[in-house]
Amino acid sequence: MRLAEAWRVALDALRANRLRSMLTMLGVIIGVAAVVALVAIGTGTKQQIENQVEGLGSNLLLVVPGRIQAGSAPTSSPLTLDDIDAINRVVGDRSRVAVTIASGETVRAGSRTGFASMQGVLETTPTVFVRNLDRGSYLTRTDVSTGRRVAVLGAGLARTLFADRDPIGRQITIGGVRFRVIGVFEPLGQSLGVDRDGEVHVPVTAAQRLLGTERIDGIAIRAPDRDRIGDLSTAVVAALTDRHPDTDFSAVTQEQILGVLGDILGVLTGVLAAIAGISLLVGGVGVSNIMLVSVRERTKEIGLRKAVGARPRDIGLQFLLEAVLLTTTGGILGMLLGGGTALLVDRLSPVPAALTWWSMALAFGVSAAVGIIFGVVPAQRAGRLDPVVALRTE
Amino acid sequence: MTAAIVADDVSRTYQLDGVSVPALRGVSLTVDPGDYVAIVGTSGSGKSTLMHLLGGLDRPTGGTLLIGGRDVSTLSPDEMAALRNTTIGFVFQSFHLLARTTAQDNVGLPLVYRGVGRRERRERAATMLERVGLAHRITHRPNQMSGGEQQRVAIARALVTGPSVLLADEPTGNLDSATGQSVLALLESLVDDGVAVVLVTHDRDVAARARRQIVMKDGLISETR
Repeated sequence: MRLAEAWRVALDALRANRLRSMLTMLGVIIGVAAVVALVAIGTGTKQQIENQVEGLGSNLLLVVPGRIQAGSAPTSSPLTLDDIDAINRVVGDRSRVAVTIASGETVRAGSRTGFASMQGVLETTPTVFVRNLDRGSYLTRTDVSTGRRVAVLGAGLARTLFADRDPIGRQITIGGVRFRVIGVFEPLGQSLGVDRDGEVHVPVTAAQRLLGTERIDGIAIRAPDRDRIGDLSTAVVAALTDRHPDTDFSAVTQEQILGVLGDILGVLTGVLAAIAGISLLVGGVGVSNIMLVSVRERTKEIGLRKAVGARPRDIGLQFLLEAVLLTTTGGILGMLLGGGTALLVDRLSPVPAALTWWSMALAFGVSAAVGIIFGVVPAQRAGRLDPVVALRTE
Repeated sequence: MTAAIVADDVSRTYQLDGVSVPALRGVSLTVDPGDYVAIVGTSGSGKSTLMHLLGGLDRPTGGTLLIGGRDVSTLSPDEMAALRNTTIGFVFQSFHLLARTTAQDNVGLPLVYRGVGRRERRERAATMLERVGLAHRITHRPNQMSGGEQQRVAIARALVTGPSVLLADEPTGNLDSATGQSVLALLESLVDDGVAVVLVTHDRDVAARARRQIVMKDGLISETR
């Protein structure tokens, strides 16, 4: 029998039982759609987080005291602004080095109160990270060197404290100390689960005085290019270890952060895809089941075809193609459904989704393979039917 | 002239739950081209088993069976399928037409397994339907036709491959007597064309029209008329 003929016979058989074919396909459709949609959501989330990490700035090197290790206690920092001078000498460019000392503080403006993450910083923050101002100006070098009490508000904090009024030039208190607002950031949203719009930036010197400390918590350095990150990291850690022999220092790059996050999200996506894959498998079992019913139902037809000259393999091929047609059609519909679902989720919900060609190809390939694997047994059974027995069946 | 079918001391024993049940116990018979044979007998006499063997649907467990000059014991399942396709035409009591399929495509079905293309199949099927008097029913489906018409379609299907033997199992069993007569007349016209027709029936009147009658009883030929 020609292959084209076998396809036609398989298609006719599926058309003859439209409802049953649709319901059988539904199992495959749901399985494939689940794989495509869940992988898209996993991929989209991964891309979003990567964008957030990359959105911090480029070629960043973060230096903190202690070892960066899950579960290790935070180390109290021995770093001071004197260390920054040493680092500036290593880096050779003051504008590439940012520092932070952070503390949660109550912020008031008149009768309004907000809780903010106060960041004591250098004037270099906007050149090291990506932080754009919506209005006003950022801290200056003089603000930092004189410890002037000026503040730049995150967009969310500005709205909490001033609603629709212009905050520039107005007084606020941070931890009970008066500051003057000189700028407001553009909204940034969350990055890595932290609300960046609830920050207030003040000169590091003013923050240290407010907190009664000389310490700084962390240092960020922007390397001139990617190739310099490694050397810079070694040099900076060496310089700091030289000044504080009793303390470990860790330097992490964005690539390292992305690598760790990427691994975690990759595993999560894999688990999601595996769970969806199980439903695809269940769909395949449904196909097998229906094909066995179909073989039994059409026993007489098989007997007749054999009587007029069909070989066992002709009959087997007919039923195998029927199963493959069911699962591949279901696979295509499932790809469309899953792709559509992913696009809708991306558009209508905060969950990001990104379609990938490999997940579509994989889901389709698996559904076709499911058709072959689960179609073989019914097809063999059909092919081996004894024509005498088959013709006698009523 | 070589015989279409030669059966020599053919037996067929079934194994049912480990028990040997003989259905045929040594039957010898020759069917020549243009022969018109009726096999009669009560149910359980072995006549259906004999027909299945003669049609290459089953193999004997003893004796020698030649179909179209070929010893079936030497043939693979695929070769048996090809033999059925080229040498034998079947007509069944319940027609065995594919529902949802037109008369034309039902008749063309055996040609599918010969690799004949769709257009040629339809041409040959149309010719054959014309020959059985159904030129006007080409695009009709089985459920749109009478029993007699369906049996004519089945006969056209049996003939489309140009077989040397036509095996008919109770071909008039589901038909009223007038329709049955015309179907028999159609089968008899084939005999004149040199096709061997073997009828299996328990109807004495039908059997009486054949040139030879073979009466089966308990798996043996009890009488030849």
